[in-house]
Amino acid sequence: MNTDFYSLGTASNRSAFLRGMQDAIPIGLGYLAVSFSLGIAARNIGLSPIQSFFMSLLNNASAGEYAGLTMIAAEGTYLEMAMITLIANARYLLMSCAMSQRVSPETSFLHRMLVAFDITDELFGIAIARPGYLNPNYTYGAVVVAAPSWAIGTAVGCIAGNLMPERMVSAFSVALFGMFLAIIIPPARADKVVGAFVGISFLASAVATWVPLFAGISSGMRTIILTVTISAAAAVLFPREAEKEGEGS
Amino acid sequence: MNIWVYILVMAGVSYLIRVLPMTLIRRPIKNRFIQSFLYYVPYVTLAVMTFPAILDATLSPVSGALALIVGIIAAWCGAGLFPVAVVCCMVVFAAEFFL
Repeated sequence: MNTDFYSLGTASNRSAFLRGMQDAIPIGLGYLAVSFSLGIAARNIGLSPIQSFFMSLLNNASAGEYAGLTMIAAEGTYLEMAMITLIANARYLLMSCAMSQRVSPETSFLHRMLVAFDITDELFGIAIARPGYLNPNYTYGAVVVAAPSWAIGTAVGCIAGNLMPERMVSAFSVALFGMFLAIIIPPARADKVVGAFVGISFLASAVATWVPLFAGISSGMRTIILTVTISAAAAVLFPREAEKEGEGS
Repeated sequence: MNIWVYILVMAGVSYLIRVLPMTLIRRPIKNRFIQSFLYYVPYVTLAVMTFPAILDATLSPVSGALALIVGIIAAWCGAGLFPVAVVCCMVVFAAEFFL
């Protein structure tokens, strides 16, 4: 590699960085609230504020971290932890595939590694909405706003969860589930197959949780088994139409 | 089992998931099963983790159930991540005045 095409030395790259920061402000505010709820969950499981801060800073994943916390609570093995993280974050694999198509082929390995660090539902959404090839500086600008909000919110939730009245903690702890619903319900409405499988997932999860026969299976393991089984069944019964290649937007 | 090790395992796997496709895959995935499987995974895993766990998150399962129902309606009507999260919290807070 010769001189870095995406260096912050040039005005256009600086403006992409600032634009990313600006677009990430509403995301950062949302992250503060939702990660607060995650922090409460972390506290309940016995994580310190420092541990919950680093968990969020290094993971940037609501569902993945929540799944990880349930695995810590269940005292699962490290292998089970790796598996649950893989399953809960599998959508980022898809998003990363999509992102790889949206950066210039000239983009260096280092930039690809840095852009990949904080691929989340929201940051993926704003990055993919940019016209043309993604300027990595846009993502960096968004990350410097969003990532600290996520980590600080988690730590504050972990600390304040101790100080707040029980009823407040109870109310805040559903924020995370509210966010999950906001991710799954709109596609479930738009696509009958997704809707049906969301319903099936709710039912199967309830059965696996409440029927005594399955009581011996840890909650993390239950999530892995149900996700793989139900998603594979959906993929076999209702395969998706192959996505068209080469579409820019 | 050490919490820090758990956190490092989570972080390592999360990063590998994000960095490998971005750095290695330069062409779209062609296999229809894998494509479809990856498409359904996020919805199924989030649904499995939401219910019935939301009933245990609150002081009373009734307020958790109400938050679930109202959250689904709000998301169905097109509310975004943050509004749905806030509405769910408010429902629980209000409901637990009476429970």
